[in-house]
Amino acid sequence: MSEQIKKFMYINRRAPYGTIYAWESLEVVLIGAAFDQDVSLAFMDDGVFQLVKGQDTADVEMKNFSPTYKALGDYDVTKLYVEKESLEERGLTLDDLMPLTYEDEDDDWAEKDSIRLVSRAEMADIMDEQDVFFSF
Amino acid sequence: MAIEANGKTFETDEEGYLTNLGEWEPAVADVMAKEDDLELTDEHWEIINFLREYYEEYQIAPAVRVLTKAVGKRLGKEKGNSKYLYSLFPYGPGKQACRFAGLPKPTGCI
Repeated sequence: MSEQIKKFMYINRRAPYGTIYAWESLEVVLIGAAFDQDVSLAFMDDGVFQLVKGQDTADVEMKNFSPTYKALGDYDVTKLYVEKESLEERGLTLDDLMPLTYEDEDDDWAEKDSIRLVSRAEMADIMDEQDVFFSF
Repeated sequence: MAIEANGKTFETDEEGYLTNLGEWEPAVADVMAKEDDLELTDEHWEIINFLREYYEEYQIAPAVRVLTKAVGKRLGKEKGNSKYLYSLFPYGPGKQACRFAGLPKPTGCI
C-alpha cells in the first residue's frame, strides 16, 4: 500500500432522511477511516440538516442514525466543515447543531469541537487543498 | 440460517449475525458462544454489555480499534488492548463479540 497520505473530502449536500445518501456517506466515511487518510467532511446546502439535533425518525420509519455522527470522533474523523451561508439560508445557527467533539491525542486528550463553521469563500479554499472528493 | 436458544428460534444472516437486533436476549450469546467452543465468563459479559451500550448510544457496532480504545477509556488500560480482547474473543473482539451481543457486523472492520 502506498505510504502517501491523501486528503479525502466527503461532501454532503442533502437532507439526512428521505433518501439514503446521508447514511451511505456516513458509512463510507466510517469504513474509509480505517485507511489512515486525512479525512474531512463538508456540509452545505441541505446537507447542514444532517447535523441538526433532536431528529426523530419514528414517523418516517427510517433508522435514526443521527447519533452515529457522535462516533466520528472515535474513528478519528475530526474535521467537519459546515458552511455558514447554508445554515443562515435555512434559518439555522450553530446552536441548532449537535455538539460533536473529539479528543486531541496531541493535546493531552483535550476535548475539542469537531464542527468548524466556515464561510463559502473559506470552504472553496479548503476544497482547493483536497486530493479526492466523494460527493453525496 | 437460525439458532435455537431458550426454546425459541432466532434468525441469523449467512455470517451468523442476528437478523433482528430487537430479538436479542442473553441466551442467544450463550448458544453462539457454545458453537464457538467458548464458555462466557463475567469478563466476556463485560465486553458484550459494553458493546450493547455503545450500539444504544451511537447506533453502530464499533470497529475493533475503536472498541479497543473505548474499552480502555471506560474499563481501564489493562482491558483496552488487543491482547486482552483477543484472549476473550479469539475470532476477533469486533466480529465475534458483536455477533454474541446481537449487533450487526462492525462498521469499519475489514
